[in-house]
Amino acid sequence: MEFIETLSQMFTYTFLVRALIVGLLVSLCASLLGVSLVLKRFSMIGDGLSHVGFGSLAVATAFNWAPLAVSIPVVVLAAFLLLRLSERGRIKGDAAIALISASALAIGVFVVSKTTGMNTDVDNYLFGSILALTQQDVVLSVVLSLGVLIIFVFCYHRIFAVTFDETYARATGIPAGFYNTVLALLTALTIVLGMRMMGALLISSLVIFPALSSMWLCKRFAAVTICAAIVSLVCYVIGLVVSFVYQTPTGASIVLVNLAAFTIFYAISRLRMLRGA
Amino acid sequence: MTDPVTLITCKDLAFGYDGAPAVHDVTLTVVGGDYLCVVGGNGSGKSTLIKGMLGLLKPLAGTLCFEPDLKPSDMGYLPQQNTIQRNFPASVWEVVLSGRLGRLGLSPVYHRADREAAREALAVLGVEGLAKSGFGELSGGQQQRVLLARTLCAATDGLKLLILDEPMNGLDASAKLELYAAITALNSQQGIAIIMVTHDVQAAVDYASHILVLEGRQAFFGGTHEFQHTRVGQELIRDSCGDACESCGMAYLATPGDNRAAGATHRTGER
Repeated sequence: MEFIETLSQMFTYTFLVRALIVGLLVSLCASLLGVSLVLKRFSMIGDGLSHVGFGSLAVATAFNWAPLAVSIPVVVLAAFLLLRLSERGRIKGDAAIALISASALAIGVFVVSKTTGMNTDVDNYLFGSILALTQQDVVLSVVLSLGVLIIFVFCYHRIFAVTFDETYARATGIPAGFYNTVLALLTALTIVLGMRMMGALLISSLVIFPALSSMWLCKRFAAVTICAAIVSLVCYVIGLVVSFVYQTPTGASIVLVNLAAFTIFYAISRLRMLRGA
Repeated sequence: MTDPVTLITCKDLAFGYDGAPAVHDVTLTVVGGDYLCVVGGNGSGKSTLIKGMLGLLKPLAGTLCFEPDLKPSDMGYLPQQNTIQRNFPASVWEVVLSGRLGRLGLSPVYHRADREAAREALAVLGVEGLAKSGFGELSGGQQQRVLLARTLCAATDGLKLLILDEPMNGLDASAKLELYAAITALNSQQGIAIIMVTHDVQAAVDYASHILVLEGRQAFFGGTHEFQHTRVGQELIRDSCGDACESCGMAYLATPGDNRAAGATHRTGER
């Protein structure tokens, strides 16, 4: 009973309702895209993009520009760039990502220190704040995440084929490059939307954790995808409640809940293996 | 069966990257029902030629002609296995069905015809019992047969040409034999022309009707019988015998003219 009371008390706060709506949508998008990204060894792209997001947020704040209006195009551009570099650049993928993310972080810190100074804003960008969401953000997030979900569902089989065997897909006339780009674009949007709530340093965990957790237990692509989505949503809600009840930072709480889920799934898969053996 | 048609004609063909040819002067024809093995060392241009034939590279020189009735969907391709696939969380069914993707059009889901084609392809390769298994849990040989099934069900009205890039990589001896048997069956029972890249010269002699030797350029193209009587062929067979002798019981140490005797035990009848 106490739990339900806590919940109903939680959602009398508008900012928590906003956080719940945006968070659930972003978690769902991130986990669906994450399966492909992890399997394609693109996990670090999410991480790189969030750092670029931090840089662009810092610059936008410094010049008093609308944060999302600046971040979205910049991060999308970075996504294209990262994909191109990791595909055929002279610098190898992981090095390219490290290069870009460190540079973006440095630009962000540099600009912030020269303008507003290293204040709570920076702290919020890096580690997230659920107070940051405005009504407008919620609307934009809902629209964009629905867009991401629709495109994902529509391209599901194509994303599978391109993830599983890009060479074969190309040879049979499927524009693999195009679907890689779609994947990068959707990831960029998801990262930007989730970044301010989860924090630039923590958002990529929403992409990576649910996929990895469900891969311990599921052996079918569809099952992995659905399981990742459920894990992600459940972990988000638990993390949000934990952060409210124990007054802990939201982003970090959600990541820790995801870590717990990952550990539990791993333990179950080990147990299964032992029984099978 | 009607008269075999010429599926592919190459004349003085060259493919390469950034304008530098990796393989040149390729002149050959592939006729319906042929079984062509492409042999050559690393960097001899085998994979480049295959990419070119699949239309992934533009010819730097020469001509590449396909039979006008040969639609892209009549050609199947089995690429070299990549490391991502080995432990990929997908069921056999999902993998095979993905072969139908090219025919999906704008539809986001597969239809009954797609599922039937997938089921049929699994049956042809004798892996229908694996449909629900995880792809990552299969042996290397089973994985390759599942991937062959995917290629098979991609074809609309029966595959006419199947291109395989080193399909035997990483397989143990018994898995290789099984896969060769499966490929030979596709060739002889369904009349599918095969182009297979391999560095196993002995297997090429055993199974193929034609052999193409690449060394950055075309060093030999012709029938397998002819191959065994050219110097290029005899040298390659002798070299490959070096590592195969333990299994083939020294038969190939005999004079070059005799080496067909051992090969013939693996293959019944010449096309």
